[in-house]
Amino acid sequence: MKPYLREKKNFGFSDIPGSTSFEAGYLVSVNSGWRSIKPVVNMEKCIGCMQCYLYCPDGAISIENKKAVIDYDFCKGCGICQKICKLNAIEMEAER
Amino acid sequence: MTAKDLSKDEFFYGHKACAGCGGSLAVRNALKVIGKNAFAVLPAGCMSAVGFNFPQLCFANNAIISTFAGTASMLTGIEAGLRAKGATDFTAVGFAGDGGTADIGIQALSGAIDRNDNILYICYDNEAYMNTGIQKSGLTPFGAKTTTTPSGKNIHGNIRPKKNMFEIVSAHDIAYSATASIGYMEDFLNKVKKACEIRGTKYIHVIAPCPTGWGIPVSNTVEIAREIVDCGLWYLAEYENGEFTLNHDPKEFTGVVEYLKKQSRFRHLTDDDIQIIIQSRDAKWEKIRRDWRR
Repeated sequence: MKPYLREKKNFGFSDIPGSTSFEAGYLVSVNSGWRSIKPVVNMEKCIGCMQCYLYCPDGAISIENKKAVIDYDFCKGCGICQKICKLNAIEMEAER
Repeated sequence: MTAKDLSKDEFFYGHKACAGCGGSLAVRNALKVIGKNAFAVLPAGCMSAVGFNFPQLCFANNAIISTFAGTASMLTGIEAGLRAKGATDFTAVGFAGDGGTADIGIQALSGAIDRNDNILYICYDNEAYMNTGIQKSGLTPFGAKTTTTPSGKNIHGNIRPKKNMFEIVSAHDIAYSATASIGYMEDFLNKVKKACEIRGTKYIHVIAPCPTGWGIPVSNTVEIAREIVDCGLWYLAEYENGEFTLNHDPKEFTGVVEYLKKQSRFRHLTDDDIQIIIQSRDAKWEKIRRDWRR
């Protein structure tokens, strides 16, 4: 479970609740446009040690079937995962 | 606690923090330890600015922005309100920056500790008011260049040392307080977990580097957060039952000069300035090793 992307709509006054509260975990935009470089996982080298997952500030990495999987919608390309990986299984590639 | 023990859920996701943000990493992982029953309070600061951009709302649990000075008092109110409604399984947790804790919010925090309210207060310390463009806070270290403590010919950045917030809080005889660094994540996770199981006021002070304000590459956040501990300018410790305990005692410190020169906020420092920093570190560690349990 995590906040997920929804269709962006224009909110009218009638859609906004009377108090200053709203549904939690409501995403309408991605962060992928922030990147100039992106991490790419080498699936042969990755052993799923979870270090990149643990240190990703955006939580954009999950471990599925003992391999790191990156959510490119929300990765900002900071490169912490590449530095933290002891097996050099992540490489940063230029965005095109 | 290790990465395997963490909840797979993400409670702080899609936020607009800068790439490589240390504060968002602290908030993300603390919420993963606390779980879905966290009621988070965020005062003015980076984490509220990047987490609540209507309609982009990045917290998956209950979260609210408080007044700048009122993190701890709002936590008190939330805890009392939930208890009055009969809730039992919840954690009222606050995430305030260094300015919101050591300067603006210190009165409300002190009051909450005095009442021993059952709340968890986490201070993510990036050593200046980063959200408004890097102004000096009470937790900015000696020599650091900020927009309000510029470096010139006569004055080399901040002329005052960092407030000792961990010991100020502990001096209240708080139920539990601890220091941590996002570079030593398992240690931080363990302390959050331990704090959740203790009744009373809990305070965790976590160093969370800010690439923008510290002048480091965005990929270096975690490395520099390790190095500040390794070179002895930060320490991992706990306070409980009236006693200080040092959790990590480096046999040999790594170079302070190397640590400082990696950051553009310290690059102007002269050898004399660096000597002052090294001397104050050594004096601090002498006291720690003499008085604290190890």
